[in-house]
Parts: sequence; structure tokens; C-alpha cells
Amino acid sequence: MARITMREAISQALWEEMERDPSVFILGEEVGVWGGTYAVTKGFYDHFGGERVRDTPIAEAAIIGAAIGAALTGLRPVAELMTINFAFSSFDHIVNQAAKMHYMFGGQMVLPLVIRAVGGGGRQLGATHSQTPDAIFAHFPGLTVVAPGTPADAKGLLKAAIRSQDPVLFIEHATLYQIRGEVPEGDYVVPIGKSTVQRPGRDVTLVTYSKMLEISTKAAEQLSKEGIEVEIVDLRTLRPLDIEPVIASFKKTNRAVIVEEGWKSYGVGSEIAARIYEEAFDYADAPVKRVAQKEVPLPYNRTLEQSAIPSVEDVIAAVKEVLHG
Amino acid sequence: MEKTEHLKLYHEMVVIRRMEEKSAELYQQGKIGGFLHLYIGQEAVSTGLISMRRPEDRVITAYRDHGVAINCGLSAREVVAELMGKATGCSKGKGGSMHLADVSKNFWGGHAIVGAHLPIATGLALGDAYRGNKAVTICMFGDGATNIGYFHEALNMSAVWKLPVLWVCENNQYGMGTAVDRASAVSEIAQKASGYGMPAMRVDGMDLMAVRKVAGEMIEQIRAGGGPMLLEILTYRFRGHSMGDPERYRKPEEVHHWQENDPIGIYRKYLIDQKIASQAELDQLDDDAQAVVDDAVAFAEASPEPAPEDLYKNIYVEA
Repeated sequence: MARITMREAISQALWEEMERDPSVFILGEEVGVWGGTYAVTKGFYDHFGGERVRDTPIAEAAIIGAAIGAALTGLRPVAELMTINFAFSSFDHIVNQAAKMHYMFGGQMVLPLVIRAVGGGGRQLGATHSQTPDAIFAHFPGLTVVAPGTPADAKGLLKAAIRSQDPVLFIEHATLYQIRGEVPEGDYVVPIGKSTVQRPGRDVTLVTYSKMLEISTKAAEQLSKEGIEVEIVDLRTLRPLDIEPVIASFKKTNRAVIVEEGWKSYGVGSEIAARIYEEAFDYADAPVKRVAQKEVPLPYNRTLEQSAIPSVEDVIAAVKEVLHG
Repeated sequence: MEKTEHLKLYHEMVVIRRMEEKSAELYQQGKIGGFLHLYIGQEAVSTGLISMRRPEDRVITAYRDHGVAINCGLSAREVVAELMGKATGCSKGKGGSMHLADVSKNFWGGHAIVGAHLPIATGLALGDAYRGNKAVTICMFGDGATNIGYFHEALNMSAVWKLPVLWVCENNQYGMGTAVDRASAVSEIAQKASGYGMPAMRVDGMDLMAVRKVAGEMIEQIRAGGGPMLLEILTYRFRGHSMGDPERYRKPEEVHHWQENDPIGIYRKYLIDQKIASQAELDQLDDDAQAVVDDAVAFAEASPEPAPEDLYKNIYVEA
């Protein structure tokens, strides 16, 4: 196993899938000659050529629409949205077309389509370029929404997404590209729709995913020094949601904190908390606590922006609150 | 063109007309729900256009799709059954009037969001180009769709990549109740092609033979590698936009004027004038068409509702 970055893991998954299956191709803004805005597809254009690494106009509806059409013909397009904020320009095609066509036409249309989109805040890009709208997309039946938090999961889940027969929104976090982790070489596939325990613990269940896995892990390490052992459940896939590992953990710890980067209202945490109460109410020793983004459009100013995004300290405080009231 | 082909096309047009008239009745009886957009008056557009496609050519259209479905080879049975929400409908009762399809016949729907299927058509053509298939994607849409951003994105991308798409604007003069010149800066839709360096033609959509000639030439030019093209077909819907249309936006005289140019009547006259078919032969086809529709309605009425468990079927391929 090699220790590589998230960027390298995603790039590796794409490269291997394109080598394996000629029906896999990439399209998006600056994916080809430029090499990808986040350098994920660096070197692809020279190796695979412009037909398979297709630079597009800045036209997100056409990018996703064309990916849907190509998928209907049996190809396996991987469409890249430079940021998930641009998904709003293709929102109709993602949630109103891709998510519905298999069902609405009685099962005859099949869309093996992957949309890679870069999300998250914390880089002083201002309100329009810093959002974490994952929960909005996870709201729609028919769409699969995946958001990995480790390099290994990024590789394995992207391979699974490319091989899936269903449309998958694959959300990458812009500030996770540099993190490193052990990643199995070769054909490593992680099944979609499986939550996992990333860190075992007995005292509090911490439910999280994507970037907030990193924040939660740092919090867990500090809490461990104080004798508090949190169990981290990483959702990895937001839809279809695998709630069982969350419930199993909660029944053991009887306390939960949910950590997400998106806004609290109508968010991932709202869903998880409701599911915990529905399925394990009698096990609760304290109210479930949510840590999420402050309810503001993210500002440019670095200090203000950081104050709005969940921090290690926010997570630690929430854990102590559910433990001690 | 063989006589049998002429008779087949005439028959298709009459099947569409009778099916649409019957659908209006079924709607008023509450047997068809939702929205219902009739194709009456526009039959020569899709009948002429689709008669020029090869089986490998893909067809995709907007929500006024009943006629297109028949022209693509779907049976009146599975169309009417879908309108009535039955399990035997082409979309198993899940789609309804606006979402007819049969991918085995290269009919890719029936799309209800104005203009949203245009980028999808770009992708269908991209799929064929990627594989080196010599197929053309025929994408139909109304005049109203040329004012939404999807139109621009889709036509531009198709031209940049020289994809094999025939963009077909069915200009029936109104986007719902708004006349073309009240919604579009240019009322000659074909002019919009120049923004994409794309050849364009305009043709009378009440004349099936004229549609066939122009569409056939354009489809084969595209197949030969000519890149995408735009065809504007001038037509008129004799009925309202949908069943709930107060029709305050047009005068009865205007409707009557167009009804005098009934595409079925024009084609019928052509077949008789050219001595291709006799009155008696065409009358027989009229009767046959009525029988096809009567059979389709009986079939749909007798068909089962979808099973309760079908509610959860086909959300994902991989459950």
C-alpha cells in the first residue's frame, strides 16, 4: 500500500478505469489541455487524447445534459463540475433529468453517469464559491450522492461510481486534495451506500463525512488525551444512506454529535438526528447535538469565514456538552 | 417513393388525429389525468420528418409527444395505455402523456421541461460520434424552447464538436399563449442558427412532402459529416396548448384559416391529384385508423393498473 494524496487517489481511480474500459471518458471545463483546475486530470489529455478527455465550453447545463445523453447511449461519462456551486447552473439536469429518467420511463433508460464536483469552503473564495450544498442533492430519490473523507475511500468509491449503472454525484472537498493516506494499489473498489466506523470508541458517537471527518478526527485525538473516547462513523454515501452503523454505535454510546460543513437547517445532521430519535430514542442519554456551518453566506474575510465553519474546538465543545450536559 | 410508403404515412397521420381526438374525450371523462398536449394540426411535421430517419437515428422531443411516438413505431395501444396510467403503457404508467418513450425503437422521450432535452440530444449524438456510428440524432422542440438558455448551450456545444444532430424547431406560432414575436427577438427562428455557424432551413410544416424533402436532405448531409443543422418547420396547433387553455390569445378566424390548411387534407389531395391513391383506398385507411384507435382504447381500458409495489421499482438500477 502506498501513502498518497487524495488528489492522486482520485486521479488513479480515473486513470485505471479509463485504461480498463474504453466507454469511460471525461468531460468538463479545463479537464484536458489545462490538466484540471485542481490538477486531478493532469497528464490525461496527452495519454488518452481529446476525444476521451473533452474540454467543454463554460456551459454547465450542456455539460451535464451531454453526459446524460452519452450515458443513455451506453457510454460511461465522468463529468467534472469545476465547483459544486456551478451545479446550480445544471441543477435541472442533475435533479430533474438524471435523477428521474430511469424511474419516469418505466426502467428503460439507464444512465451510468458520474458527476465529480468540488465543494466546501475555507479558501476565501466568497459566498458563491464556498458552499456545501450536499444535503440538497441528497434530497432527491434516484440520485446517488457520495462524499469521501479519506484517500482510500476516494479511490474505491470513485471506481464503484464509474462502474455503477446509476447517476452518481461524487463530491470532493477542495481542501482535502492534499491530505495523505494509505491507498491500496490496483483494483480497489469500495461499495457505495455503506457507512463505516473510522475510529472505534465507547463514550460518544460522532457522525460525519468528507472534510469534517478530518476535523472530527483531530477533535477525537485531543479528547482521547482527556480520557474521552469518541466513535467516528463516516457516512461516505449520503444517498442511499446506510444508517445501521450509526444506530449500532448510538446504542453503544447513548450519545451523539453530528458534524457537517453545510448549514444546520434542513441539513445532513437534521436527517441523522431524526433517524436516531426514530430508531433508538430509548437509548438516548442526552439530546443529540449538531455542529454545522453558521447560517450565513460565507464571507471573504479569512477570520470571519473560519469562524463560520465548524472547527476542532466546536466539535470538542459539543462532545463535552452531550457528555456532561 | 413507393405507394405503400405513401399509404403508410397517410395512415399514421390519421391514426394520430383520431387518437388525439379520442384522448381529448378520455381526458374529459377523467380517464386521463395531468396535462394533455394534443398534436392535432402538426401531424405532417413529425410524420414527414421521422419518415426520413434510418432505424439507427435517434429521436427525442418535448412534451407534445404522442404523434412522435406513433411515428417512431410505438403502438397506439401502448401510447393510450400510458396516457391512462396503465401498467401496459410504454413507460409502465410512470410517465404519462409528457413522458412517452421506447428506447428499443430509438425514441428517447418525451421531455417535459422546456428545452432541457436539447443538451441531452447533444449527448446522444456525442455517444454516436464517440463510437464512430453513422447515426443522426433528431431533436424536436417548440418555438418557445429557443428562448431558454439550454437552446444556446446545446446548439453551441453541438457545433463546436460538429456532432450529428438535426435540431428541429416546430414553430407552431405560440409558446403556450405567447406569440413568437412577443417572446423572441427574431421571429424567424432559423436565423438563430447563424449564431452557431450552423446551416438552417425553413419549411412549411403543413405539407408532408415538403417536410420530407428538406428533412431528408439535411439528415443525409449531417450523416455525411456536415455537422449539426437547424430546421424550422412552420406549423399550427388546432387545439389549445393543453386541455385547460382558455384560448384568449388568438382569434377564431386565425384558427379557421389554418384549419383550412389541414395537413391531412393537403396530403390526401396530393395523393389523389398525383393518382397515387383513390378516394376509396384513403377512405378505407381512415376506417382502419379508427379501428386501430378503438382497439387501443379497449386495450388500455382493459389493462391493469400498476401494482402497488411498482411504486418502489426502477428508482435505481442497482437497488
